[in-house]
Amino acid sequence: MSNRILAVDDSTSMRQMVCFTLASAGFEVTEAEDGLVALEIARKQKFDLVLADVNMPNMDGFSLVRALRGLAEYKFTPMLMLTTESTTEKKLEGKAAGATGWLVKPFVPEQLISTIKRVLA
Amino acid sequence: MKMQDKKQAPREYLSFTLGAEEYGIDILSVQEIRGYDVVTRIPDAPDYIKGLVNLRGTIAPVVDLRLRFKLGRADYDSLTVMIVLNVRGRVVGIVVDSVCDVVPLTADQIAPAPDFGSSFDVSYLQGLASVNERMLILIDIEKLLGSADVALYAPVAAVPPSAIAA
Amino acid sequence: MSIDLARFHQAFFEESFERMDAMEQGLLQLEGGADNAETINDIFRAAHSIKGGAATFGFAAVAGFTHHVETLLDSVRNGSRGVDKPLVALLLRASDQVRALLNAARDGGNADAALSLQLQAELQAALAGDTAAVVAAPACAAVVVTAAAATSGWRIVFKPHRDLFASGNDPLRILRGLGTLGELESELHFAADLPGFAEIDPQQCYLSWTLRLCGAATEAEVREMFAWVEDECDLSIAPLAAGPVESAEPVHVNVVPITAATPVAAAAVAAPAAKSRAPAESSIRVSIDKIDGLINLVGELVITQASLTQYTRGLDPLVHERLLASVQQLEHTARLLQESVMSTRMLPIDSVFSRFPRMVHDLATRLNKQVRLQTVGEATELDKSVIEKIGDPLTHLVRNCIDHGIELPAVRVAAGKPAQGTMTLTAAHQGGQIVIEVIDDGRGLSRQRILDKARANGLVISDNASDSEVWNLIFAPGFSTAAEVTDVSGRGVGMDVVRRNIESLGGEVELRSQEGEGTSVRIRLPLTLAIVDGMFVDVGGETFIVPLIGVVESLQPAPEQIRRIAGQGQVLRLRDEYIPVISARELYRVPGAAREACQSIAVIIEADGFKLALLVDDLIGQQQAVIKSLEAHFRRVFGVAGATILGDGRVALIIDVTEVVRTCGRSLAA
Repeated sequence: MSNRILAVDDSTSMRQMVCFTLASAGFEVTEAEDGLVALEIARKQKFDLVLADVNMPNMDGFSLVRALRGLAEYKFTPMLMLTTESTTEKKLEGKAAGATGWLVKPFVPEQLISTIKRVLA
Repeated sequence: MKMQDKKQAPREYLSFTLGAEEYGIDILSVQEIRGYDVVTRIPDAPDYIKGLVNLRGTIAPVVDLRLRFKLGRADYDSLTVMIVLNVRGRVVGIVVDSVCDVVPLTADQIAPAPDFGSSFDVSYLQGLASVNERMLILIDIEKLLGSADVALYAPVAAVPPSAIAA
Repeated sequence: MSIDLARFHQAFFEESFERMDAMEQGLLQLEGGADNAETINDIFRAAHSIKGGAATFGFAAVAGFTHHVETLLDSVRNGSRGVDKPLVALLLRASDQVRALLNAARDGGNADAALSLQLQAELQAALAGDTAAVVAAPACAAVVVTAAAATSGWRIVFKPHRDLFASGNDPLRILRGLGTLGELESELHFAADLPGFAEIDPQQCYLSWTLRLCGAATEAEVREMFAWVEDECDLSIAPLAAGPVESAEPVHVNVVPITAATPVAAAAVAAPAAKSRAPAESSIRVSIDKIDGLINLVGELVITQASLTQYTRGLDPLVHERLLASVQQLEHTARLLQESVMSTRMLPIDSVFSRFPRMVHDLATRLNKQVRLQTVGEATELDKSVIEKIGDPLTHLVRNCIDHGIELPAVRVAAGKPAQGTMTLTAAHQGGQIVIEVIDDGRGLSRQRILDKARANGLVISDNASDSEVWNLIFAPGFSTAAEVTDVSGRGVGMDVVRRNIESLGGEVELRSQEGEGTSVRIRLPLTLAIVDGMFVDVGGETFIVPLIGVVESLQPAPEQIRRIAGQGQVLRLRDEYIPVISARELYRVPGAAREACQSIAVIIEADGFKLALLVDDLIGQQQAVIKSLEAHFRRVFGVAGATILGDGRVALIIDVTEVVRTCGRSLAA
């Protein structure tokens, strides 16, 4: 069975790009346009990895990760932040929220796939 | 006609009669053939534009070529036939006396039209073809229907002053 | 695998332009005094998202410029910089440039690079002017590469903190990653305080490693592998050549060669491409062609249903009870279906209104005027086709309003008004139509000056003409194009064009004004161009449809109401008015003898404030009709706006009320 990934981004084009890239690499991708929607989806279905943007309306990526970490099923699930913030401060904030790691935008599809594969290997 | 057409495969023409004459049009411009139906009169249209019909949702004008070119008698009965044409996206019905058959013609079977012998202005003709001792007058239907002679697509005329209640 | 990012470009541009709209609106709200964190956050997010997308999709110019916008916005967001008018103005200009850059990126052109640089400098200056601001990191942080020369390898001591797993990290993942950089040997150590088996908490990490990585990897590459966990472990990295590394007391040594490609990773590649699911989307984009195709089909269905109803009308309800019930049910369902299909094309008028705050802001600034824009009823929905065509006329009206309607602050104050003028845009549904109003509290129209101007233009008009007749002069072609009319009338060039546009949509324009108090332009439009509410009338056995929007009333005239005016035909006296009479039979050349006026029905139609009594034989009823264009397959016919298909499949003509009133009414009135 292929790994299931939840991709969360409020930008349609980024979401399309991420989902298309991951789907063509053989992953099963579910998308959500903000943290709140993602949380709702994640409660109903278990994912092997969560990929979330930081800046989103309604619920941002950090809050999403924090909320997910509080759920028993997501205690050890890898969660990666897709972020343009490359400052240490932001990274620490992400870590504090419970993020596994990050992928700094801009990235190319190949980078995305290799990172995800590394995590899900 | 271009020279290179002569070597090509035959084109198919739909032949029909208007009075005593037999005419042909490119079959590719024919959308369907149907009986003559009730039309809705168009105000101030010439007599040969019979009116508008509903062709499965498309509203199209109907032209009686017999009236326009004064060929035969314009009777309308259960045998009267309407050829629905689609010429460059424009749909129009033409009323004819009868539809005969589909005739394949190669370019070398078509002779240029002489400047007489037809009720049509020669510029609307593609040529003449002889098929089993019948003479077929080939019409350039796109040119004919687009012409000012038929006035299907001319700009609107000014309101006639007589339309005003006296 | 290589993925062509170009396939996402369209989505990126669509989204970016939407975000620019949102950003602009937010900025205007900020200027209007709104200072809530949410608005600022939205604006920031717009810039942030465009920057991220542009960088990802390779639009460096967009990403680079937007970065400066984002940086300034960030300082606003974190409160280190306040919002003031110059800042909003700068950001608005910058957002124009982002748009220009986006356009250039989409169309392959070039945006004004000098302007980019200049704005960039201004943005930086705005940021620097604020001492508290911290210059943010550049958009695309390059990995800092240490200049260390490649060594033969690295000795790495990696001691994860106990709670490493809680962040979703896994030491094995890192070891595998290192394995891709070269040949890796690892020594595993158990923690000195490793509890007994019964006490072990499986969620804690009790292990640490000493690793030897042989190969040409740089220190940066090695560090990169630990980037996600650097604050969750004790880590030391030293060149292999260096002396022995202190390590925890090895309790147990286990050397495991780790190869790069694990079977698991390979399996992931080979797995079939899974379909991405999108349960979260609350809307989808559908091409308008598809919807129009659907609307046409539903139109056909409604016509077929109408003919079924007609054919079954004469059937005995006792014998055919079930058939008739089904036909009735079909009628109901078809109507609901039509309504819901039509509603998919309905958009809120906000998509038109939203362009005005910016325009009003810019225009008012340029003219040194103070204008407050109010909008009411932005959520009012109307058909996409109408939305698309209403933009230009409305823009024209709004521009006129600021240009000529609203006075300069000093003039307003002198007249006892507040210095700031108010312009209100309203939209509301009213009986199957939409009514849009553009109202200002400006100087209003001067009746006398319009009359003078009209006479100077050779128009004959009585001093007793009603106000609406006088205001109507403004809509006359040519009237308003004279150079000084702008000043005389307070309304600008091209009102005739505005009216023509509205009328081509089947609507009408009405103007009211009070000198010194303001002006109101009221536009009435059908909600859709696809369906018309019509009064079906019979003329000599033929059916015609009069759009209800143009019908005032209908009545059977009494003989004494009909007067004949020498040489000008008949008029109908209705209350205090004399209305010119025209026979539909003669107008549309219906064969057969005309009836006397008092044996006909007079349908009073109105356009441009003129009324006309259209004589018809009978009223058939009111019904909706699907409008079909005649001009698709035929030339335009005078007095005919289009056609529709009746229940029996025949075609009926829809009367063009405006054209009939304008041509016939005027020639009678003159």
